[in-house]
Amino acid sequence: MRVVSVHADRIDAAAVVRFKEDMRNAIQGASGRVILDLSAVAFIDSSGLGAIVASMKRMPEGQRLDLAGLTPIVEKVFRLTRMDTVFRLFPSTDAALRTQAA
Amino acid sequence: MTGALPVPDPAAGWPHGRRFTSVFRARAGDARDALRSVKQALRRAGIDPVRAGEVEIALTEAVNNVVEHAYGDPDAGFVRMNLTLRGGVLKVRLSDTGRPMPGECLPAGHPANLAVPRGMLPEGGFGWFLIRTLADDVRHERHNGTNTLSLQFRL
Repeated sequence: MRVVSVHADRIDAAAVVRFKEDMRNAIQGASGRVILDLSAVAFIDSSGLGAIVASMKRMPEGQRLDLAGLTPIVEKVFRLTRMDTVFRLFPSTDAALRTQAA
Repeated sequence: MTGALPVPDPAAGWPHGRRFTSVFRARAGDARDALRSVKQALRRAGIDPVRAGEVEIALTEAVNNVVEHAYGDPDAGFVRMNLTLRGGVLKVRLSDTGRPMPGECLPAGHPANLAVPRGMLPEGGFGWFLIRTLADDVRHERHNGTNTLSLQFRL
């Protein structure tokens, strides 16, 4: 299990190349579950959403990526695109940690 | 001193009254700066933060489309974004002189199909769906080599 925190207020088209690279490094070697703490992210666009999906797809079989601390606009983008049915969303990293990785 | 408080103007703080204009080069970094200035302008106008967030999502997707598809090269041209606020409606006109839309018409913007194995999940193609979901009216025209996307948002 590993918690990865995003230290950026936007995951947008201008940030996406760097974000994917940082995610690759942050996730590398993790086993089991990765919790992505998005509580510092005030805004995401569809390229940022795509980058999170890409990061999840790159994880080995048996690993999962859970998302925590989504701020209102970020949560709206996940819900509108129905990506909330692909990822498990938690109100905070603590809430995610309290829930078993099922 | 008169005792009367000024009536709050929903467009207060917008340059040129109720209009806000931003012209920027079609590159991701410049687009981000322009979208930040729009976000601040919406806040100054006193627009409900939830609706302002929805406007921000739709405009970002529209601007991304111009940057990536209409231009999409290092010699990117300019994008003009005009916002007009009147009677509880925000009208946005986004113009560029890049390539025409494929088929010269707006994409339908269907929701992405997520009923696929994990390795096949879509990493894009959400933009037009978000724009069409969040804006109340979406129109596109191409005239004399200029693409204009007009979006309306009820506030």
